[in-house]
Amino acid sequence: MSNVAFAVSPSAPEAGRDEPHSDACASLEDLGEKHRLRALKWRWLRKHPTLIVGVLVLAVVTLVSVGAPWIATHDPQAIDPLARLQAPSAEHFFGTDAMGRDVFSRAVWGGRVSLLVALTVAVLATGFGVLLGLVASFVRWADSLIMRVMDGLMAMPDILLAIALMAITTADLRTVVFAITVPQIPRVVRLVRSLALSLREQLFVEAAHAVGTRLPSILWRHVLPNLLAPLAVQATFIAAAAVLVEAGLSFLGAGIPPQVASWGNMMADGRNFVVMAFHIILYPGLLLAATVLGINLVGDGLRDALDPRLARQL
Amino acid sequence: MNAPLQSVDSRRAGALLEVRNLQKFYGAARTWFSRRQYPVQAVDDVSFDVARGETLSLVGESGCGKTTTAKSVLRLIEPTAGSVRLDGEEVTGLGREEMRQRRRDLQIIFQDPYASLNPRMTAGDIVAEPMRNFSLDGLTSEKARSERVKWLFSKVGLRAEAMKKYPYEFSGGQRQRLGIARALALSPKLIVCDEPVSALDVSVQAQVINLLMDLQAEFGVAYLFVAHDLAVVRHISHRVAVMYLGKIVEIADRDTLFSSPRHPYTEILLSAVPAPTPGKRAERRVMSGDPPSPANPPTGCRFHPRCPLAAPVCRQVSPSLTPRSDAVGAKTAHFVACHVR
Repeated sequence: MSNVAFAVSPSAPEAGRDEPHSDACASLEDLGEKHRLRALKWRWLRKHPTLIVGVLVLAVVTLVSVGAPWIATHDPQAIDPLARLQAPSAEHFFGTDAMGRDVFSRAVWGGRVSLLVALTVAVLATGFGVLLGLVASFVRWADSLIMRVMDGLMAMPDILLAIALMAITTADLRTVVFAITVPQIPRVVRLVRSLALSLREQLFVEAAHAVGTRLPSILWRHVLPNLLAPLAVQATFIAAAAVLVEAGLSFLGAGIPPQVASWGNMMADGRNFVVMAFHIILYPGLLLAATVLGINLVGDGLRDALDPRLARQL
Repeated sequence: MNAPLQSVDSRRAGALLEVRNLQKFYGAARTWFSRRQYPVQAVDDVSFDVARGETLSLVGESGCGKTTTAKSVLRLIEPTAGSVRLDGEEVTGLGREEMRQRRRDLQIIFQDPYASLNPRMTAGDIVAEPMRNFSLDGLTSEKARSERVKWLFSKVGLRAEAMKKYPYEFSGGQRQRLGIARALALSPKLIVCDEPVSALDVSVQAQVINLLMDLQAEFGVAYLFVAHDLAVVRHISHRVAVMYLGKIVEIADRDTLFSSPRHPYTEILLSAVPAPTPGKRAERRVMSGDPPSPANPPTGCRFHPRCPLAAPVCRQVSPSLTPRSDAVGAKTAHFVACHVR
């Protein structure tokens, strides 16, 4: 609770300086209001521990990945045949793999791939999903067309569909993102469509229509803002799924090109040496699990925090 | 049906709103796999006028088609047939953009003050929205609109500071005031009030009703007022139309209707109003049975199965709204659809 008081004090002189003298009372009231809001925020955070833990885990993974050039101790691609399959040591924190590459450095760099894929897939899948979902719910003739295509996509397991998509393209980060995004879109479309269908029957949407609001503005001002909370939750779950699918694709050799370090690649390389060098597969696996857990915790926390009713619905 | 209405036309030339033979049937479509369904005749052959600055109330029991009629006028519900004219201009059949432009003169206040306001918009934004939709003279800038919102807030009795608040921070009555401010924002000629006070506490009802009357006196706006509370209707209306099962059975000036109702249904409806002094109430008439299904309405007069005065002709011929004569024998503005009275 100490940082509540700390957080408020710096704004005090500012408020006093900016406000004209006659408004001193008002600014004092303002201050009380700010204090109350901060206290509320603090209590809100304490009520949602999953959110905090998830954010902390993700923050660590993000910091490590972003700081990879400074944190990595070796060049992740450098091959050293003399130092093959070494156990973790002071020189190589996580040991070395079958080609003598430093597992710690590769794991740190591999986090970039996972997070980048998670973020772009979540943003792209949500974006396209919202677009298609809104069209499906507000343009009657497009509804059955879009939804049948989505049903078709959902009929195939994510990873199989992604492998199939990868099979017809060349392997690089962009195509991997594309292949992972496509199978995730139907989930967003279904969510958006069902929410938008109930929103369009809401009285305030009818009221907006009655005061002459055009359809695009109705969608932008009345439908989208009311979709944001469930969408944020859905986006986090997509991000978690994307990390897993990317690792799965790379593990199967259908994902990120083998020369780029990614957690999936590393585990694929290590699987032949599990018996003699368990560490090669252990550390990327642990990082992967921690990242997915972190994202899911954030998603769960957001869901409970943003809308208690939704927690029971999903 | 047309003959008497033409006489209405000639008497009330230049009425603001003219509704003719309005019809709304639900579920008439036949699909591949289902048998032919009988449509629900929610509103059947309804005609009325609203003069400038006048309040016409639509009353009747639940499910009689009052709200459907009101929303059909605004084309929030698309009527199956009939004509709606505002200022002599046909409203039905307008294209999307033409209709949108027409909405400047035609506004609505909803029954539910909770569901009709977007929970994620501030009160100021909600009231400013109609103005943002149309590039009106002098209201194109954010600042000008904000000024007008402030003015509208003062007109409906809300503090200007409330502009920044969200709907959940208001009480039911205040929310309905917001709805009224939104309806007034474009200076419409007609506001459809769809049971605007039935969701409010009784103590707040009177305030909102009086506010509506004050605004009418100031701006000359006409109201099409849908209600089932006869005390409220008596207070606010100039004229009253009584509906039963999708049809208007009686239209008259307020005083005429309340003092000398002609249609048996109106009589029974009025006798249901609680008397202010207990024990003082005149004879209470109770109808037998439930209202028939609008999907399969009775032949002839729709009220005949429950009517105490039903004659053989009522079973066969649907009565039309015809003007009644006063004591001297001159035609009045009192229209009744009944064979017997």
